[in-house]
Amino acid sequence: MAENEKKQAATETYRVISPSRMVAKRFFRSKLSIVGLCMLLFVFLFSFVGPIIVKYTWGYGQTEVFYIPRVSTMYSVQSFDAPDGNTYEFYDESLSTVNFKAPPSAEHWLGTDTSGMDIFVRLMYGGRISLLLSFLVIVMETLLGVFFGGLAGYFGKWVDQIIMRVVDVFYCLPGLPILLILSATISSIESIPAEHRIYYVMAFLTLIGWAGTARLVRGQILMLREQEYMMAAEATGLPAWRKIFKHLIPNVMPQLIVSMTLGLGGIILYESTLSYLGLGVPFPNAAWGSMIALADPSKGQEILANYPNMWVPAGILIIIAVLGFNFVGDGLRDAFDPKARK
Amino acid sequence: MVKYVLKRLGLAVIILLGVSILIYMLAMLMPADYIDRQTAAALQNGSMTQEDVQHLKELYGLADKSFTGIIKSYASWLGNVAKGDFGFSFLYGAPVTEVIGQYMWISFILAFLSYFLEIIIAIPLGIKSAVKQYGVYDYSVTVLAMMGISLPSFFLSALMMNVFSIKLGWFPLQGLTSATIIFEEGDWLGIFLDKAWHLVLPLTVCILLGVGGTMRYTRTNMLEVLNSDYIRTARAKGLSEHTVVYKHAFRNTLIPIVTTVAGMIPGLFGGMMILESVFSIPGIGMMAYRATTQGDIPFIMGYNMFLSVLSVLGILISDLLYVVVDPRVKLK
Repeated sequence: MAENEKKQAATETYRVISPSRMVAKRFFRSKLSIVGLCMLLFVFLFSFVGPIIVKYTWGYGQTEVFYIPRVSTMYSVQSFDAPDGNTYEFYDESLSTVNFKAPPSAEHWLGTDTSGMDIFVRLMYGGRISLLLSFLVIVMETLLGVFFGGLAGYFGKWVDQIIMRVVDVFYCLPGLPILLILSATISSIESIPAEHRIYYVMAFLTLIGWAGTARLVRGQILMLREQEYMMAAEATGLPAWRKIFKHLIPNVMPQLIVSMTLGLGGIILYESTLSYLGLGVPFPNAAWGSMIALADPSKGQEILANYPNMWVPAGILIIIAVLGFNFVGDGLRDAFDPKARK
Repeated sequence: MVKYVLKRLGLAVIILLGVSILIYMLAMLMPADYIDRQTAAALQNGSMTQEDVQHLKELYGLADKSFTGIIKSYASWLGNVAKGDFGFSFLYGAPVTEVIGQYMWISFILAFLSYFLEIIIAIPLGIKSAVKQYGVYDYSVTVLAMMGISLPSFFLSALMMNVFSIKLGWFPLQGLTSATIIFEEGDWLGIFLDKAWHLVLPLTVCILLGVGGTMRYTRTNMLEVLNSDYIRTARAKGLSEHTVVYKHAFRNTLIPIVTTVAGMIPGLFGGMMILESVFSIPGIGMMAYRATTQGDIPFIMGYNMFLSVLSVLGILISDLLYVVVDPRVKLK
């Protein structure tokens, strides 16, 4: 009995919090991380649940074309010098029917685009592809980076030298120009179906991006390797792979999670840039970047000036997604930091 | 010091060699090169035969796309580069180095001005928000900075164009010079003002996109410095808060900031592909974008190597600056 009472008293004065709960508590204390989490939740629901709801309630997908006739009036003003010496102005009015580019309405919340497809629904599908791809890239990038960074950091010497020189080479590659070259190459290989192209591009994005992760992991492992607990692990005679994957990598996880979260935002930006340039998912499929590309003034100012419903929402969604990842990543960094004051 | 620099330069040469091999391979793998594009029409109407095209390709060393062929043409490219000859750009009809030298400056002016203004705006904001950490000011500046980081450049450009050049009509939409104004011979001021007027929007976009990162960086460093012992000592001596922050702390935050400035070198001369293309500014970035889409291999190689050299140099200079600025750092 006395023993139990003592225990109870002890638990009442200090509550034992596991490290992960402490991180969660610190994370949720910051308002920005909660805002970020909500933004991400919104984008995820919008792009993964949204298409399903649309499919089952209205029964169409991203490539459904709607012909919504709309009469538009065109005026043209001209002047001519009459023989009587006066200049006369006359104007010409003509009516034409347009089937596409419908304005926002009850059925099509954001109207239809230049090919008559529902913009709101396409935004959902665009988000789905963007999020899926960025997750794919970040996971592959991290796996590659952890593997090579771990090897370099743990074994040191010539292994480190070779791996780090390769990392240096990839680190110095100019990212966007290389991706442009690669996408041009991929899109002309006929044996690759158009809708698979983006996966190849993403694979190259991984190849360019892993160097940063490898650097991070190597640096951390170099530092951890010298700590006492690693000496203890050495003394117990654990095999190398166990020391790396059980004792070193888990200690790099906080930094890795932060860099992955922040990296996701960066990859969404990359993906949208590629689709803006027309090198992402090919046309009938939607992508946020290619929706903004409609407003490119080099292709004419009409959409840029008169149809903000076609390109502004896509941009706002990109900002929400990237900002969400940045807020959450920032919150996680503060939460993981043992030196944090709060 | 000299030994360290020499060692680093040696490593840089190896890295650049690796980079050039990778880029050359990729560029050669591009299936439609410039010659294919230019001769496609002639082939169609029969004024050229397939043999003529092949002959042209052989002249430019693009005919053999097998592995050994690529290696051979890479070796000849490398040999020419060693002599300082980066080849002849197909698209622009001039030596690559000349084209880069010609278009680099407008990109440089744009990037230099935007970095300069960014730093002037970002550093005070960063310091203030670090001093008032977790305050309203800090939160609002942080949110704005993060929004800047999260904006895609092409979207912000489209928004700015929509509002300021189409709706309000304050600034021109694209380009660098007005086509409708004829300037008199020697009207330098007029030409200068016209160009400046065209650069306002792109410059604003650049600053809005970049200021957030620099501001966050300043804030993080300032926070670190404010937590250190000598700041406590300075406060304990009874110095005013203003002196503590702007004399003792600020000077130490300059250490990492100065070194990042060196890291900006590639961006300074490399131009911004997307931004320059959106605004049709004839800078190096737009030239490179056009060359890449058209398969102009000599220019692609020249431009990418130019960028890689700049980034290798940038890393080296920032490492060296660390030693110069912070006497505690020793070279290995």
